[in-house]
Amino acid sequence: MAETTLTHIGQTEPRPAGWQSFAADWSSDQRAFKNVSWGKAMMWIFLLSDTFIFGCFLLSYMTARISTRVPWPNPSEVFALRIGGSEIPLILIAIMTFVLISSSGTMAMAVNFGYRHERRKTAILMLLTAALGATFVGMQAFEWTKLITEGVRPWGNPWGAAQFGSSFFMITGFHGTHVTIGVIFLIITARKVWRGDYDVARRGFFTSRRGSYENVEIMGLYWHFVDLVWVFIFAFFYLW
Amino acid sequence: MAEATANGLGQPALHAVHAHQATAIGVAQTEVHQEHPIKLYLVVWAWLFILSTCSYLVDYFGLHGYLRWSLILIFMILKAGLIVAVFMHMAWERLALMYAIILPPVLVLVFVAMMVFEADYTLFTRLEFFGAGP
Repeated sequence: MAETTLTHIGQTEPRPAGWQSFAADWSSDQRAFKNVSWGKAMMWIFLLSDTFIFGCFLLSYMTARISTRVPWPNPSEVFALRIGGSEIPLILIAIMTFVLISSSGTMAMAVNFGYRHERRKTAILMLLTAALGATFVGMQAFEWTKLITEGVRPWGNPWGAAQFGSSFFMITGFHGTHVTIGVIFLIITARKVWRGDYDVARRGFFTSRRGSYENVEIMGLYWHFVDLVWVFIFAFFYLW
Repeated sequence: MAEATANGLGQPALHAVHAHQATAIGVAQTEVHQEHPIKLYLVVWAWLFILSTCSYLVDYFGLHGYLRWSLILIFMILKAGLIVAVFMHMAWERLALMYAIILPPVLVLVFVAMMVFEADYTLFTRLEFFGAGP
């Protein structure tokens, strides 16, 4: 068996590059994603399906906003905060954006240190990412509280089109849920990194082969996606 | 792109060798091609901060109309592109994965166009039969 395999390796030609690689990789009976593990490929496909979910939310928001006869509340004023006696537009949302981007930055560095097998640095950076994510959720809870006390409901609000409330709670609520789930899994993965589970291939939940830190990168993919969705929500819901 | 080609060279082995060895090869490749200098991440991080500040300033200075919308979209696409390409390492993946993940969301734009027509029509009927807003 081994000899056949080895001769087989010797006979095969190098795979094509560039656009031809796309057709070559997808054609015939073989795995399409050559250098991507099933875990990473499935995370990407999950994220693709999640893209459609958020895409549909933003689409329904767009449809509601275009088709209403009543003026849409001005997000710049709705989300303004009074700091030091003057109204600053969207300031809380801007800070939330910076917090989430920073968490993406620390996550990217965690993935990098993971591949260098620097366990402590990886775990600390992941916990920092989780802390920033939790800060984000906390600020979102503050924002929800503020709007609810001001009278925003899914069926109406004091400033204009009733669909504002339903779109807001649906979109930011679903995003906040994603962030919360991400924080939980960041803590789980950070604990596994800290304990050295990936070095000894310890059995259990979210295992890996000995010495493989790819789970950290897969976790990172999810976390960057949460940041990515926020980029679109920030542009379309808060700034538009 | 060079990394991707290098990975491609080793690939035929994957379906020939039995599963255990195949995964070992897979690991070696992923670890080779996803190590980038920390500086790259810091630069992208800084750019994301700059672009976010720019999009916030669009609102702060109260720009209006097409200028506002086009600036928002440009900053949004640049930020999304940086996150996907560098943070999610998509720039170093093979085209098969890139197309599989990036093309389908682009088709959502067709849905957007359909819903713009639909929403315009809904607004038209509302104005026609119920008059302008309260």
